[in-house]
Amino acid sequence: MGNSFIKNILRFIILILVQVTILDNINFGGYVNPYLYVYFILLLPFEVPGWLLLISAFLMGISIDVFENTMGINAAATVLMAFFRPVILKSLSSGKEYEKMDKPSIGGFGFSWFFTYSVILIFIHHLTLFYLEVFRFTHFFATLQRAILSTIFTLILVIIVQYIFEKPSK
Amino acid sequence: MRHFFAYIFKHYFFFLFLILELLSFSFILQNNFQNAAFLNSTGKFTGTIINSYNNITEYLSLKKANSDLIKDNEMLRNMLAEKSGKKWNFVNNYISDSSFRYIGAKVIKNSINRQKNYMMLNRGLKDGIGVDMGVVSVDGVVGTVIQVSENYSLVMSVLNISNRINARIKKNGHTGTIEWDGKNYRKGILTDIPTHVILYKGDTIVTSGNSSVFPENVMIGTVDEYFSEKGHKFNKAIVDFSVDYNNVYYVYVISNLMKEEQLKLQEGTGDGK
Repeated sequence: MGNSFIKNILRFIILILVQVTILDNINFGGYVNPYLYVYFILLLPFEVPGWLLLISAFLMGISIDVFENTMGINAAATVLMAFFRPVILKSLSSGKEYEKMDKPSIGGFGFSWFFTYSVILIFIHHLTLFYLEVFRFTHFFATLQRAILSTIFTLILVIIVQYIFEKPSK
Repeated sequence: MRHFFAYIFKHYFFFLFLILELLSFSFILQNNFQNAAFLNSTGKFTGTIINSYNNITEYLSLKKANSDLIKDNEMLRNMLAEKSGKKWNFVNNYISDSSFRYIGAKVIKNSINRQKNYMMLNRGLKDGIGVDMGVVSVDGVVGTVIQVSENYSLVMSVLNISNRINARIKKNGHTGTIEWDGKNYRKGILTDIPTHVILYKGDTIVTSGNSSVFPENVMIGTVDEYFSEKGHKFNKAIVDFSVDYNNVYYVYVISNLMKEEQLKLQEGTGDGK
């Protein structure tokens, strides 16, 4: 438990640094931006208490906001994503399979399970983020398009990072 | 009352979620209305981290930065040659030019892929930078300073959907407004063009000098496409920005020494702010 706690803190710090130094400087056509930092929320342990889930999501979001000078929008999007996580986990479960593993991973639950789980949560986050950023509905479809493209981009990164750092333990 | 607390406790997840979202939204609203970010209280910390990262990565962009500086020097030398008869006054890195003073700065953080893009510069209050000063690069207009801390300043980039710049069509002197629609980082929109003015591809758009933020005749871009819509009072044009905002490394912050005087005069007429 202590080990997992430290691991998550480290993941928290590393993801913030990677996000603000490297990923924020990546532009594809000045349009699409990956937000890999949500990987932190995706990979929190199953047994994380609700309050800790929400508070750490808020801290994660607000840290990114501080660096990007976007007060509040990353925090709002990340908290919303964290709020939906238990619901999504519940609806994707079939039986008591979560007890075998401590956290979501491709190695533990297979590619398609992890893909579905990630794509839903990332999309919730990105959709909120992009509409809050524009703060109006005039560019409705352009914003939707950006949210979808960035979701794809973030998802690819999440899967790559999964394969590199979370060796299948089965 | 006990039931109430029991209820809250039972659904604490939902209520905590609500509290955190309200908190986030209060930040967002504050930010949207004051149009100010968070530089002052956190600037020192984030500025230090961003600056040290920039110290590492700036080597990667040295080539472009050098060519920019050479281009800039060349332009200054030409100007010097032209005006060699007149009296010119150099103080450190400031070039004194009638009422405008230029302060060189390095861009330590920049983005182009958001709807509201900002830049952070490595110069601040102690270098004489203040809010509402214009920022230009070798190639043209870059943005406006919106916040300053002791050592850093935050610039609202031209690539910001809230940004408006007073522009002028160079060939005939008519004015308009340059804005950005949040789509393509190479293209802006020139609005408020009087209908009788016809523009062609390649026409030059510069700053009008009406706003006291930018001097006159700073390059903004060239016309790419011109739309005249029937029944509209004003026409629109799509403009290719002269600055590649993805490649801006060194900029000049423009401080207008006559600004206070200009604003005071405007206040006197009752329609200024």
